[in-house]
Amino acid sequence: MPYETTLHHTFDNGLVLLGDKMPWLRSAAFAFMLPAGCRFESPDRLGLAGFVNEMIQRGAGNHSSRDLVAIQDNLGLDRSSSISTAHGSFGGSMPAESLPDALTLYADMVMRPHLPGDQIEDARLMCLQELQAAEDDLPQTMMNRLKQMHYGDVLGRNSLGDEAGLMAIDAADIRSFYQRRYQPCGAMLSVAGNFDWDVVRSHVETLFADWKPGDPISEEPVVGTAGYEHIEHPSQQTHLGIAFPAVRYGDPDYYPMRAAIGVLSDGMSSRLFTRVREERGLCYTISAGCHSMREGGGVFCYAGTTAERAQETLDVTLQELQGIADGIEESELERLKVRIQSSLIMEQESSASRASAIVSDWYLLGRVQSRDELQKKIDALTTADLVDYWKRNPPKDLRIVTVGPEPLKVP
Amino acid sequence: MTLEFKQHTLANGLQIIAEINPAGYTAAFGFFVRTGARDERPEELGLSHFLEHMVFKGTSRRTAADVNRELDELGGQANAYTSEEQTVYYTTVLPKYQDRAIDLLCDIMRPALRDDDFQTERQVILEEIAKYDDQPPFGAFERSMETYFAGHPLGGRVLGTPESIGQMTSTAMRGYFDRRYDPKNMLLSVAGCVDFDEVVRQVESLAGDWPTVESAAMTPATTTDEQTKIDLKVPDSSQTYVIRVGAAPSIANDDRFAMRMLVSMMGEEGGSRLFWDLIDTGRADVATMWTQEFQDAGLLFTYLSCAPEDVDANLKLVDGAIEVFVKNGPTDDEIEQAKNRMCAGLILSSERPSNRMFSIGNAWQLRGVYETLDHQLQRYRSVSDSDLRRVLAEFPMHYRTEVRTVSKSPAT
Repeated sequence: MPYETTLHHTFDNGLVLLGDKMPWLRSAAFAFMLPAGCRFESPDRLGLAGFVNEMIQRGAGNHSSRDLVAIQDNLGLDRSSSISTAHGSFGGSMPAESLPDALTLYADMVMRPHLPGDQIEDARLMCLQELQAAEDDLPQTMMNRLKQMHYGDVLGRNSLGDEAGLMAIDAADIRSFYQRRYQPCGAMLSVAGNFDWDVVRSHVETLFADWKPGDPISEEPVVGTAGYEHIEHPSQQTHLGIAFPAVRYGDPDYYPMRAAIGVLSDGMSSRLFTRVREERGLCYTISAGCHSMREGGGVFCYAGTTAERAQETLDVTLQELQGIADGIEESELERLKVRIQSSLIMEQESSASRASAIVSDWYLLGRVQSRDELQKKIDALTTADLVDYWKRNPPKDLRIVTVGPEPLKVP
Repeated sequence: MTLEFKQHTLANGLQIIAEINPAGYTAAFGFFVRTGARDERPEELGLSHFLEHMVFKGTSRRTAADVNRELDELGGQANAYTSEEQTVYYTTVLPKYQDRAIDLLCDIMRPALRDDDFQTERQVILEEIAKYDDQPPFGAFERSMETYFAGHPLGGRVLGTPESIGQMTSTAMRGYFDRRYDPKNMLLSVAGCVDFDEVVRQVESLAGDWPTVESAAMTPATTTDEQTKIDLKVPDSSQTYVIRVGAAPSIANDDRFAMRMLVSMMGEEGGSRLFWDLIDTGRADVATMWTQEFQDAGLLFTYLSCAPEDVDANLKLVDGAIEVFVKNGPTDDEIEQAKNRMCAGLILSSERPSNRMFSIGNAWQLRGVYETLDHQLQRYRSVSDSDLRRVLAEFPMHYRTEVRTVSKSPAT
């Protein structure tokens, strides 16, 4: 199947525009990533990135915050916003004809936000609410701590911040973070779906021509530490997380590593699902996945299991992690290849997933990998490649976190 | 995009419907079984959902491992869910796997229900219950339904309880299966790039001999008229959660479209009256409303999550906002905004055959009609200002049941 090359244009101020045409759809989607993630917060202002992202949505250009929502609704925009370690992001999918107006609106938000002083207290309360509500989400509590152990204090930050940081933030902090971080150098905007590239490119050029670049972004080292931590909680289940270092997206070894994780966790016949849940009935949810930042990567596993069966779940899971080095059956890899091929084809039904995939590629690889190229890399994998990677990079320096009534014995 | 609708019924009553899109990239298949918590006897609490798990545990032709392996070999997304009135099994695959997907789906609809698998799966269900028990609002939702329906099985816990699951037997499950997985009670919904004639031929050969039984009539839903308030202890939670349940139109009532729009204007998460009053101002973490429609009853949920000390003040704001809304009705701008938001949502979701498969399957099983996307859009577009006022007068967003969690930090 022929795949169209992703369209790309870098404007003079550094803003990167990416496009992937899907003319068979009635929709279009965009993903806008700005270099305004929580890694740029100072340690006494944790939560500032999310705070600013919230303030940006409280009025911009000629629009009040209520106007912004009304316009978005009337454009049929299904929207989102989020904070990651490196980025503050906005996304939206919509009927294709709404795309130019939606981009105009987001240009106002990103370049001409009101940051209204009289709404700072409301926004602060909103951020505090989210932080407090997250305390009741035990898997998330576990994963936040695990990410912090894995990537270190800066790259492993929880984007919700902490209470002290949120309480300390003032109008000057908000304005200064906005001015430094909402800038075109390091910003990426992707568009996917049914649109005309020349029209979108010249529209974006007009919208963002006056946007001035700031300082480029420096890299931050990964400073994770191995170890075990238990967070006591009188819960029914013990929420168990295991992480260990792995190559990042873009590394030549990435696909053998990713496929080995697939053998462990992709699908109902994968090893963790089969051996922990199906054969032993130890838990309802178990998974392993890989995560990449530009600075490094890791494998993260999760299992939720009643306290009395948590130790066995941990033991069996660790055994399965090591077991990849003992060999993989051809059929395990074959199933994985079919699944990946199907998901690549299914991606063509969604402009939103394509818009976020290409922008993420650009950030991590500096280019967009075509589906064709990806398909070829996957097709070329052999079971020996997977086993070889695992032998060279066995799971070690484990970071383990549990949340539950009792700590576990870890090796 | 030219879509074609086709329909066929087997001699034993099993129905097949399809919305065919020759240009689609995928094909979606789903068996809709009209059975769920409301069809369980008191000693069967949680049985529909337990059976849903057991359906993936093998047949006379396949072991449990075979089923999981083959589902993965088809490369698609396969799953199932159980609700109060339905159990649905579905998969989306590339068109080249159509015959294998149909073979597998039809086969698992006649599960072996082996005793060993039953015992292991019981543990998984108990784990699933424990998982939801760790999510504080969940128990409060179950309790609100139980109370609202006053002992009627429509308010029964879909997952069951540790006690009911602990005591369940495979014999009881076989009895329930024979009673409920009757082809007259089942529908195969298909959407996307499919060869319909081939689907029919294959299903005739695989499912034509499924036996039928006399099935009992549905027990009409009952509810209590009196208002009930319950405090539910969740000592280790940080937030307080409030769930209120009131009446809304049922799935059989065409006023449900107007009601959904009213509820969206009042309680949509991104920009409704409750959003501006409670979320935008940082008073609550969640303040939202939605409807749930059953065959002969409809529910309006109001859900609030906030710090324990703010609950009473926030509920006053909710009550006040509802009172103003019911008295004055929605504004023209709100109506236009809600229509645009909801219609765009329908258009976006309909791009995937899997979503169309659910949409046409539900409409056909519950109301016996085929609904195109344009028809659905028309349903919302044609709701008038007077319809909204009439429906709001009939369903004035009152609640009969309130469940409130009591958390570790008492109000000061």
